[in-house]
Amino acid sequence: MAVLIDKNTRLIVQGLTGREGTFHAKAAAAYGTKVVGGVTPGKGGATHEGWPIFNSVHDAIRETGANASVIFVPPPFAADAIMEATDAGIPLVVCITEGIPTADMLKVMEFMHGSRTRLIGPNCPGIITAGQAKAGIIPGHICKDGRIGIVSKSGTLTYEAIHQLTKQGMGQTTCIGIGGDPLIGTSFIDALRLFATDSETEAVVMIGEIGGTAEQEAAAFIASEFRKPVVGFIAGQTAPPGRRMGHAGAIIAGGQGTAAEKMDALSKAGVHVVKSPADMGARMREALGH
Amino acid sequence: MKIHEYQAKTVLARFGVPVPRGEVATSSTEAGAIARRLGGPISVVKAQIHAGGRGKGGGVKVAKSPEEAEQLARQMIGMTLVTHQTGPEGRKVGRVLIEEGLQIDRELYVSVLLDRAAARPVIIASAAGGMDIEEVAAKEPHKILREHVNPGVGILPFQSRKLAFGMGLGAEAALKFVKLLQAVYKAFIETDASMIEINPLILTKGGDLLALDAKVSFDDNALYRHPDIRELRDIGEEDPLEVEASTFSLNYIRLDGTIGCMVNGAGLAMATMDIIKLAGGEPANFLDVGGGASAEQIKNAFRILMADKNVKAVLINIFGGILRCDVLAAGVIAAVTELGVRVPIVIRMEGTNVEEGKRMLRESGLNFTTADSMGEAADRVVALAK
Repeated sequence: MAVLIDKNTRLIVQGLTGREGTFHAKAAAAYGTKVVGGVTPGKGGATHEGWPIFNSVHDAIRETGANASVIFVPPPFAADAIMEATDAGIPLVVCITEGIPTADMLKVMEFMHGSRTRLIGPNCPGIITAGQAKAGIIPGHICKDGRIGIVSKSGTLTYEAIHQLTKQGMGQTTCIGIGGDPLIGTSFIDALRLFATDSETEAVVMIGEIGGTAEQEAAAFIASEFRKPVVGFIAGQTAPPGRRMGHAGAIIAGGQGTAAEKMDALSKAGVHVVKSPADMGARMREALGH
Repeated sequence: MKIHEYQAKTVLARFGVPVPRGEVATSSTEAGAIARRLGGPISVVKAQIHAGGRGKGGGVKVAKSPEEAEQLARQMIGMTLVTHQTGPEGRKVGRVLIEEGLQIDRELYVSVLLDRAAARPVIIASAAGGMDIEEVAAKEPHKILREHVNPGVGILPFQSRKLAFGMGLGAEAALKFVKLLQAVYKAFIETDASMIEINPLILTKGGDLLALDAKVSFDDNALYRHPDIRELRDIGEEDPLEVEASTFSLNYIRLDGTIGCMVNGAGLAMATMDIIKLAGGEPANFLDVGGGASAEQIKNAFRILMADKNVKAVLINIFGGILRCDVLAAGVIAAVTELGVRVPIVIRMEGTNVEEGKRMLRESGLNFTTADSMGEAADRVVALAK
């Protein structure tokens, strides 16, 4: 089962003809993903690395039957790319692009309101279902098919979690990088809801970071209705207030959004919170009583 | 990106927000001339630094004559101003803003920023202006008023009226507030601001509303489409090493510990700082070298790290996935050799060809220690930094 993406997903790449797009389209295909084409406005009708290129997402869906899109488009054009995919009615859009202006994302959020499209990201590593398919940049070879779901704001820290789980002999269902921007399409709660109804996912690793209140909201959701074990880590316990720590959303503002308050909220909700990022895998093993 | 108060007021005035008359000066003579030009006996001399709390630190003073304004400016320009936001080392004052003195009847508060949870801009207003808004929020939360803005239609007059009457403004002042808030919101949207804060917003005895102080910061991701705003950056307000790092597209934030960190990815970089602290050490910095971690970037990163003389040891934590560890190792060896780096370096890397990478580091004859996990790497680097 897993969630969001599997071996039957038909994926298009917006920005396939770019360097990043080409590289990661090939990596996704090599992992087993059905990559069915690409969209680069103005290059419609061309073939790139064996894939058909279309001028619009509409055309790509009509010709290939795509049901998911991954976006590798530079920041000034990325919001438009997301809205085009939404307008074309594709069920899933994964936006990898980092550096989209917040004002553009405000428009995206309004535009997507009430649509049937789910957005993952932006500023995220994408999603992967172990052993089946991926949309984004998460390296496939570190994943192992199994029963743990991962939801995370950070890219390389997600790889770290996957690596620790795999080393401990625990494979993954789906890993979801939700992104480190202030405005993102899929929240922790949205991802947890997906894992809640996925019979293959036995437990979840949740990786948050300083800034905003998404982790606190997730804690309230977990306390009230999430029944699977959750191991949590919050990055930025040593981050100085008022400084943006790499991710646009990772900032302690006005004394709010600290790691301490997030860890506290998650602990109170019954999440197995680890202080050290090196303990995520081991703590999951304990939580499952293996 | 942050800007100075005088720049913020210029930006706001362009959108029609009323601000006091005033000009910025870099010398006391200039300051005196401005005070004379302003005409009135009373003027206010305000130190221009990128930090709040200036009043308490002695950075805002009232002058009763142009001569006094000149004298106050002489004292302020060049002084190191310490406020609760500057840290103990303070900030050097290079400029002062000279403004007309005004008869204040009431001090209010208004700001616009993004409410992440609601995914909408929010206006925050309060009758308790002139105070730290976080303190008001903590002690008297009922004095904080909020209105979310639908970005499709903008701030609506009825919302502004709600805030105005909520702050206890009379009919005439409320009308002025509606107009002012319209202008503030327009400035927020059109400049891609991440926050506009007017504290205090004053009501004068003559019945005028003016932004007596203003703080504006901008979305770094949107600066590419605002060349005029990019010009307002004052690198004198930033850490010189951070400025240099930014020219190499390195995300570097200087801290006060002894263990330099070089990591790929912002989340892993924060987590690496955290684990150093847990192991009993103190991180010297946050540094995200980006996804690629090319040889050139590694060299640039070492240059920045080693310029911080507090650094006693370095932890490199790279989770490449698709990155080749042998290529990374070659880059690290080249950088360390070329730059003559002498401090011990602990490297933890994951990716393809890990064993080959480790062998290269071991056989380089340089001061490298390798580690297989984040925990082990942190323990080793903390021991080496002692």
